[in-house]
Amino acid sequence: MQTNFTAEQLRDPDTASSNAVLRTCVHCGFCTATCPTFLLLGDELDSPRGRIYLIKDMLETGRPATEEVVRHVDRCLSCLSCMTTCPSGVNYMHLVDHARTYIEQTYRRPLPERLLRSLLGVLLPRPGLFRMALTGAGLARPLGRLIPGTSMLAQRMRAMFALAPAEVPAPSPVERPRVYPAEGVRKARVALMTGCAQQVLMPRINEATIRLLTRLGVEVVVSQGAGCCGALNHHIGQHDRAMNLVRANIEAWSKEADLDAIVINASGCGTTVKDYGFMFRSEPDAWRTKAEKISAMTVDITEFLARFGYAPTRDKPGLTVAYHSACSLQHGQRVTAEPKTLLTRAGFRVVEPKESHICCGSAGTYNLLQPEIAGRLRERKLGSLNATKPDLIAAGNIGCITQLSGDAVPVVHTVELLDWMAGGPKPPGVPG
Amino acid sequence: MIRQPDPKPDVMVRRDSIVAGLRKLLPETGLIAEPLRLKPYETDGLSAYRQVPLAVALPETTEQVAAVLRFCHQNGVRVVPRGAGTSLSGGALPMADAVVVGMMRMNQILDIDYPDRCAVVQAGVTNIGITNAVSADGFFYAPDPSSQLACMIGGNVNMNSGGAHCLKYGVTANNLLGLKIVTIDGEIIDIGGAYLDAAGYDWLGLLTGSEGMLAIVTEVTVRILRGPEGARAMLAAFKSNEIAGACVDSIISSGIIPVALEFMDRPAIHACEAFAHAGYPLDAEAMLIIEVEGSVEEQDRLLEQLSAICRNFDPISLKISQSAEESLAIWKGRKGAFGAVGRISPDYLCMDGTIPTSQLPHVLRRIQEMSDSYGLKVANIFHAGDGNLHPLIMFDANNPSSFHAAEEFGADILKLCVEVGGCLTGEHGVGVEKRDLMPVQFRPHELTQQRDIKSAFDPDWLLNPSKVFPLLDSETAVLPRAA
Repeated sequence: MQTNFTAEQLRDPDTASSNAVLRTCVHCGFCTATCPTFLLLGDELDSPRGRIYLIKDMLETGRPATEEVVRHVDRCLSCLSCMTTCPSGVNYMHLVDHARTYIEQTYRRPLPERLLRSLLGVLLPRPGLFRMALTGAGLARPLGRLIPGTSMLAQRMRAMFALAPAEVPAPSPVERPRVYPAEGVRKARVALMTGCAQQVLMPRINEATIRLLTRLGVEVVVSQGAGCCGALNHHIGQHDRAMNLVRANIEAWSKEADLDAIVINASGCGTTVKDYGFMFRSEPDAWRTKAEKISAMTVDITEFLARFGYAPTRDKPGLTVAYHSACSLQHGQRVTAEPKTLLTRAGFRVVEPKESHICCGSAGTYNLLQPEIAGRLRERKLGSLNATKPDLIAAGNIGCITQLSGDAVPVVHTVELLDWMAGGPKPPGVPG
Repeated sequence: MIRQPDPKPDVMVRRDSIVAGLRKLLPETGLIAEPLRLKPYETDGLSAYRQVPLAVALPETTEQVAAVLRFCHQNGVRVVPRGAGTSLSGGALPMADAVVVGMMRMNQILDIDYPDRCAVVQAGVTNIGITNAVSADGFFYAPDPSSQLACMIGGNVNMNSGGAHCLKYGVTANNLLGLKIVTIDGEIIDIGGAYLDAAGYDWLGLLTGSEGMLAIVTEVTVRILRGPEGARAMLAAFKSNEIAGACVDSIISSGIIPVALEFMDRPAIHACEAFAHAGYPLDAEAMLIIEVEGSVEEQDRLLEQLSAICRNFDPISLKISQSAEESLAIWKGRKGAFGAVGRISPDYLCMDGTIPTSQLPHVLRRIQEMSDSYGLKVANIFHAGDGNLHPLIMFDANNPSSFHAAEEFGADILKLCVEVGGCLTGEHGVGVEKRDLMPVQFRPHELTQQRDIKSAFDPDWLLNPSKVFPLLDSETAVLPRAA
């Protein structure tokens, strides 16, 4: 597609990168077909192609972001479904990330929204604070439903209370920095990213991961100084805050010796860590090289297990698992076959819902910021999942697990099932 | 340079009242009029041509479409219908004084009738959406344009779209049973229905391929077919475009009708392989995708016969797909071909002409010669069995002279199609892209007769008036050039 940037504009590395992305787009419109918001709203402006056009115009004119552009970019889930559909290889992720940062820098949001975004940006990456806030919200949960009104603010407040669990799990000891030695002969050594929101909401995911890996002969390191991957801040345009978190992780993992991989069990984080190299493209060489190295070493837990080897020790449980493919895993990291292959190898009957490429509406903080659309996507996803008549639902991302929980069928992390079948405890809520 | 009729001054000055009037007829979010939000609607799949419209209406029911058209008719406002906006001929290119009527919100499957093998769907259902709705029960909707993932059935009807599998099953016109249309004065008319032949004159035939100039289609009754027992694709690689072209002619002459017979040349093979990882032969100058279907025995026998024909043309390799995944990847590459060319060139013009299959070797050679003389690369990807060519002319839209040369090169290819006994368009429609070439195909009085049909439906020429026919001098204005 034609672009109109001046040589001056193109000297800015972010603009140059976006120009390259825009030039790859041929405006064929395939992306509209797999975009969740276009399916629901039926307006080109709420499709990738429409957003690309709005972003292109905003960047070319160099105008501050306007309410119209912000509205349609905000509605984007960053599910990246468009990227696995696009035949031209348009890197929509980098374009929309640039747009989100540009919006934060040039647009002043209404006060309640600014407060909410700042709050999320501060709370979520800090497990201690987040746990305290959740405990409070959990206690106040019954009051949440009483919030009146149809305004966006009221909807968001209700969504926040609804998502807060009634009981917040106690902190797990496994997140503290230390080395978990392999059982028997050490065959590999990996760093586990223990994440931020996940360890507060479901500490059992990291516990299952460490149990399974060490049992298989993998030494697991939880590195001192590593924390949130930066995705939550990055996706709401808080660029500097995100970069600080990224820098801390790169430093922490770069200090570790003899790492075979960095293993991630929250695919939303995995997509971002795999992009550290790009995020640091304009940083000094030393940092850029480190960032690229970290990205290249990063794998999803299912990628690691598929390569390393996995075998169950228990008898087949006779359960049907509906596998929900998290967008960050299937579109962001293009990991599609491994989780299903592993679950099948573990002894489960694996089924997939219709429209498996469409987002469940979780999308990081999206279900808090766009509760109406997120709610409609949740209903649509639960409908197609339940139609497969599963005993349980498995997913590889904490966001999806939280979003889909609370309905008739229990939702667990893929790694919990793999751990169970290899000798670990049965995940809570699983029948049989 | 593409010319548009002059915007009507009386419409432009009444813009605010027209917008206000339309707003009353549509749901809250159903009318777009802010300049910034109109911009993404300025173009379709032919992004070299652009024009921001007066407004965009997004109706949700046939009645709302009727109300909008009635209002526009009463107020002398032009209307441009739009489906998914995937047209490669600029069929949905707006006009400055026109209201774009977008059908995207009318995306419901209304009825599926298995005993009588038909489905009633709204115009904004995607082509693949019909097949997806019936595939669990073993049925499919046959015409399969490459953009089938995104393109909408209303647009398919208006362009009489084809696709890879139309060699066996026919194009949109052969798979339609009925339409609900709205005329420019807001009248709702039903034509045909859940039976094979419509009564009276063949209105379906007239409306199919009418490019949104006679009426707006809001509902479509299509035939659905039971899927074959199985299908298998074969990849045949050749040493030159001409040899592959001659092989196509030989297959068609033999009387075998494969379900699909597709052609890709070297640049296309490489671009598509990078996208689909389908195991395309990267050492070939040209490749045919040949698909057969039926029982395993039928497939085996046909593949054997087809392999024998291919062997007469000194193939580099013949490879039969061994699994459903492999076939899927083969088709993913072919269907994503146009977009995949975006990997090797920032912009392209996709041509769409049809020729007798016996002319394939000659025409492919001439296209290569023109490519050399214009200094523009070309990728050939097309429905070879139908003789429906899709040369993709690669250019750089950021370089105006490159775009101009691409336009001329494209016109030369289409003139060549007519010269060898073929026609200007296969399945993309005339749109604005081929409008000014119509006199190459038709004599003046033939064009006049066709214009008279348009006038019978739409005497004031309000519906998509700048498409298909060369503009008459009185109505011309110059649209700012894209590049």
